[in-house]
Amino acid sequence: MAVDKVIYVDNNATTAIVPEVLDAMMPFLTNRYGNPGSIHTFGGSVAAEVEKARLKVAELLNADHRNPDGEATEIIFTSCGTESDNAAIWSALLTNPERKKVIASKVEHPAILNLGRELERRGYIFETIPVDNHGRIDLEALEEALDENTAIVSVMYANNEIGNIYPVEKIAEMAHRYGALFHTDAVQAVGKVPIDLANSQIDMLSCSGHKLHAPKGIGVLYVRRGIRFRPFIAGGHQEKARRGGTENVASIAGLGKAAELAGANMAQEVEYLAMLRDRLEAGLLAKIPRIKINGDMDSRLPNTSSVSFEFIEGEAILLLLNQFGICASSGSACTTGSLEPSHVLRAMGIPYTSAHGTIRFSFSRCNTVEEVDYILEKLPPVIATLRKLSPYWKEEYNA
Amino acid sequence: MWNYNEKVMDHFLNPRNVGEVENPDGVGDVGNITCGDALKLTFKLDESGRIADVKFKTFGCASAIASSSALTELVKGMTLEEAAQVTNQDIVALLGELPEAKMHCSVMGMEALQAAIANYRGEEVADNGDDHEGAIICRCFGVTDTKIRNVARQNNLHQATEITNFCKAGGACGSCLDEIQRVLDEMWKAAPAAEPEKKDDDFNKLTTVQKVFRVQEVIDKEIRPLLEHDGGSIELVDLAGNNVIVRLTGRCSSCPSAGVTLKYTVQDKLREFVSSDLTVESI
Repeated sequence: MAVDKVIYVDNNATTAIVPEVLDAMMPFLTNRYGNPGSIHTFGGSVAAEVEKARLKVAELLNADHRNPDGEATEIIFTSCGTESDNAAIWSALLTNPERKKVIASKVEHPAILNLGRELERRGYIFETIPVDNHGRIDLEALEEALDENTAIVSVMYANNEIGNIYPVEKIAEMAHRYGALFHTDAVQAVGKVPIDLANSQIDMLSCSGHKLHAPKGIGVLYVRRGIRFRPFIAGGHQEKARRGGTENVASIAGLGKAAELAGANMAQEVEYLAMLRDRLEAGLLAKIPRIKINGDMDSRLPNTSSVSFEFIEGEAILLLLNQFGICASSGSACTTGSLEPSHVLRAMGIPYTSAHGTIRFSFSRCNTVEEVDYILEKLPPVIATLRKLSPYWKEEYNA
Repeated sequence: MWNYNEKVMDHFLNPRNVGEVENPDGVGDVGNITCGDALKLTFKLDESGRIADVKFKTFGCASAIASSSALTELVKGMTLEEAAQVTNQDIVALLGELPEAKMHCSVMGMEALQAAIANYRGEEVADNGDDHEGAIICRCFGVTDTKIRNVARQNNLHQATEITNFCKAGGACGSCLDEIQRVLDEMWKAAPAAEPEKKDDDFNKLTTVQKVFRVQEVIDKEIRPLLEHDGGSIELVDLAGNNVIVRLTGRCSSCPSAGVTLKYTVQDKLREFVSSDLTVESI
């Protein structure tokens, strides 16, 4: 890299572990290494820490059920968001064997979409619901797709690429009218959007630690009390026999701390993130012609900005930004080795002239106004350079 | 994140010959914005018929820009006859290497050059099996069977996924991959690889040590990389007359198709690159 400076604006990919979270984890990576399932105090006392973390996560989500021991049993720790998604869908199918259909949106994460393809190979029906050119889900199409054969509907709480927040309560209600369950992948939403599961129709919800300043490799599946559940990973008695495998204690403790911080800071944080994002977008719109902000401007995450730069290609933009230490990501084809723009941009019908040149900036509370201004200083010349190289760019577009 | 080498990054960060030549003698326009990359190449000849000036404009990723830039360096000063012989492999060679999945960027460079030469010669379309000939196999990128065969022949490709790397066909929805494989299978069955250069004479004149070196070199450069791709490897054990004795290792050592590998990969390559008199056995 050309510079030592790192401007990390790719927080929808992953976030930094904040110092408080690391502190919360350290005891379990050092002297308190006991297994929470052990009979002795050395291990058994660790189990109490796992339960404390579980309560903190439950508080962040306002999942209010407690068992007689005061444990938040609606929260199951998993290894990641993808595992949570898989567990939720499979559980719905296994507990409703007479129903063979799964419905999702076309802009779901691959964790759901590729699972859907796998389900199809095994004889299930997987139906995806289209979105409009702002990425908003077509509720009429959903209504048409729903039937008594539907086991579960899964629509993400917020989209990772464009930041759209989906009307999950409404969708849950629609699913319930047909006796179907409702699951939401809330990996991008938790910590950025207030979630109130006690007053919600959501049956199952996935979340991932590393999107909210906890480490990678820890996820959560919320399963509402009373919803039948089948474990996705068979094994020991951990997580009340709902998820086998020795608890990832350090990461669970880290996630507990991260959840506590997210809950405590959310109100200011949401405002702060939206300020950074709006400053970036206003600056880009003022400085660079022929760009477009993607998504639903009335309902989106405060931290995510998807910007299409016409007539140029995203990988080239990212690599030039990388020279300045700016880390963003793209919905373009070339960065991932796929040859088409992302499934989200295609589902939205974003014209190819701009889909290939789409960059996602995603902020966290670790970002600063100075960093936004640095991007606003470095990005316009990058775009101009690449446009000069492009056979489609015409100087009169600058006007 | 791609691991581009320094040469590719240099051509990407400091592209040579950007722009359009004024009053060009030839113009080549290939690719389109839907497919994600496009290249416009313009050149001007001097009195002796050599390419005096050549410029490019490219829409695409870093390797597309680097390939275009390298292409202009490569062909400057060439006669059109020389330029017409330039292949995508020459572009890759100048850049050192390209990631497999980015090989199509170098193919686009070659096609733009061919289109520009055709344009100069007043031909309507370049004779490169472009999208106007043949039946469309890949509907997403509009790639025809003619083009698939050309790319396969030029780069010795046998697998549908390799075709995707070189000309994108099959890289979007993937529904045509079986069809691409069928085209390849038919082609390679009907037309075995071009007759290799005969080196027999000089091989038989070599001393034994020189023969061993020659065989070793081909094993190291041509054969082992192929086997390593599938988790195997190979060692040269001995050379007895014209009988090459090797040991297949790694995954090859336990592979049920090792016999096929020995005959069709090891022996064929040695015969192609060293001498058609060679036989191979493994221990």
